[in-house]
Amino acid sequence: MSADPHQNIIEVRNLTNAFGPHVVHQNLDLDVRRGEVLGLVGGSGTGKSVLMNTILGLRKPQGGQIRVLGHDTQSPSSRRGLESRWGVLFQNGALFSSLTVKENVILPLREHTRLPEKLMSELADMKIMLAGLEADAGVKRPSELSGGMLKRAALARALALDPELLFFDEPTSGLDPISAAAFDELIGQLQSTLDLSVFMITHDLDSLYAICDRVAVLADKKVEIVAPVKDVVKSEHPWIQAYFHGKRGRSVIGDSGK
Amino acid sequence: MAAKQKQSEPIGIFLDRKDGHVVLVPAGDWVMDNLAAIDKDLRDLEEEIGTSPAVFDVRGLGRIDLAGAFVLGRTVRSCERPHMEFQYIGKHSIAQKLMAEADANSEVCPLPPPPRNLLDEVLTRSGRAVMRALDEGVQTAAFLGQLLMTFGRVLTHPRRMRWNAIVNVAEEAGVNALPIIALLAFFIGAVVAFLGANLLTRFGASLFTVDLVALAVLREFGVMMMALILAGRSNSAFTAHIGAMKMRQEIDAMQVLGMDTFEVLVLPRVIACVVMAPVLAFAATIAGLIGGGLVTWAVLDVSPTLFVSRMQENVPLVHFWVGIAKAPVFALAISIIGCRQGLLVEGNVQSLGERTTASVVQALFTVIFIDAVFAMVYLELGL
Repeated sequence: MSADPHQNIIEVRNLTNAFGPHVVHQNLDLDVRRGEVLGLVGGSGTGKSVLMNTILGLRKPQGGQIRVLGHDTQSPSSRRGLESRWGVLFQNGALFSSLTVKENVILPLREHTRLPEKLMSELADMKIMLAGLEADAGVKRPSELSGGMLKRAALARALALDPELLFFDEPTSGLDPISAAAFDELIGQLQSTLDLSVFMITHDLDSLYAICDRVAVLADKKVEIVAPVKDVVKSEHPWIQAYFHGKRGRSVIGDSGK
Repeated sequence: MAAKQKQSEPIGIFLDRKDGHVVLVPAGDWVMDNLAAIDKDLRDLEEEIGTSPAVFDVRGLGRIDLAGAFVLGRTVRSCERPHMEFQYIGKHSIAQKLMAEADANSEVCPLPPPPRNLLDEVLTRSGRAVMRALDEGVQTAAFLGQLLMTFGRVLTHPRRMRWNAIVNVAEEAGVNALPIIALLAFFIGAVVAFLGANLLTRFGASLFTVDLVALAVLREFGVMMMALILAGRSNSAFTAHIGAMKMRQEIDAMQVLGMDTFEVLVLPRVIACVVMAPVLAFAATIAGLIGGGLVTWAVLDVSPTLFVSRMQENVPLVHFWVGIAKAPVFALAISIIGCRQGLLVEGNVQSLGERTTASVVQALFTVIFIDAVFAMVYLELGL
């Protein structure tokens, strides 16, 4: 769709993040291209969620520039308008517990558009089904949903405004392998139909192989490598070796064929 | 679509009829921001088209997103033909794909909501509320029973008493509440004294203000202030604390570890409250008397010495005991309501809020209800 296929939708430059004396990121650079699915992996405590929160403007970094869709996310005035162009799926869904699923999906529409009430309701129904839920799930409250349904409901909310860019924080964590595979498939399918760019934190090797165009590895306070997964696997870095060629990694690589 | 922020083309749709077909010609940018203007026209169009065969001419279509594809497809969708292959004239880079996607995920014939009868609704709701209130009363009594059983068991095995927890709660709910309770009781004593001074001076009986202050504070206000603060402050804290533990599955963890939640969570809170309540009520009473005494001194020139000696002559000690005896009963009711509501919290934030509200409301209601019962009993006893 885009004129320039390599146009960057997210640009992170020289990012430094620290909690007191503990430095999480140092001079970190990362680009996400328009239309790609970028998977972010890294060991526990390497600051994957911190990076995502910083990109989203939820956390102020100690230094560096971040541009999302050409906007600087650090200043509230320049971030305005961006909220309707991205969708975020938090790790535990972060659905508003006092609202039903459908009300959760309608909420962003109500905040950012002036559509008639009936049309908002119709669009919300469509997004709920698009996320793979039955239409009657709309009347349920988040507390009545299973883990997999929660993620799908949260995805419906993230998709409410037809965003160009989706953020996922461990979309398949807490799901059984079958639901996780189905969710991967859903993300891949939505990404290609709706022409989305996706930034995805994951621990799930299957997701990396199934839907990620490129994989970024966080290690030693920076992005160690960004490349298609088949190239990342060849890296000499010890953590990457352990991750992809450890007991669990080998079985996935074995299945998908080298 | 690369530059979404560029000025969008005005949205529009034309209708044409050709060999029995309806030809729909969308123009401009069919994106979410533009849809508000055209939604109503499209619904009218829907009626006009009915079930006649339709074709979309997408040659003049600008940008389109899923919401746009949805409303465009909606014009030809109906209950009679929920999902159909759309026919197109011309090609568009993504319109066909998006319209098929939107169509596949659309529910066409929603069920109408069931009719409601206002009178029915009112009666059902009030009936439910009454039944629920009765049920709550019975359940609270059952909770008290279970608590007493636990207490009996702990008494026979004193090593199972959680002294640390008791002392903790006694500090948090008791000692820390002391300043606020004393301050409020002080003000209430002062207010009663003002009332008395004002009213009784008119009858030339201003000195009886001392009797009024002493009676009111000793019998009612001292202990009442204690109960109100306990209900508003500690009771809600109990519910929130236990409720949050319930939400985080800490209660479940306790149970699988073989710990008795009553013994660990409820009993220490109840014991601490029941023990601390008379102390707090005593402090409140003294503070109330000081407040009343200062006002009578300032307004009626009754010196503190005169205030105390008149109190000693005219107000028998029994009034003090009548007041203070209510304190442990109030504390028992308040603390079991707080703990019970906490244990009733379910896995979501909303129920935590509901339970905390219910807890405070029930505690206040119960305190005032018990006070009324005490008043009747004391009346019969001639106290």
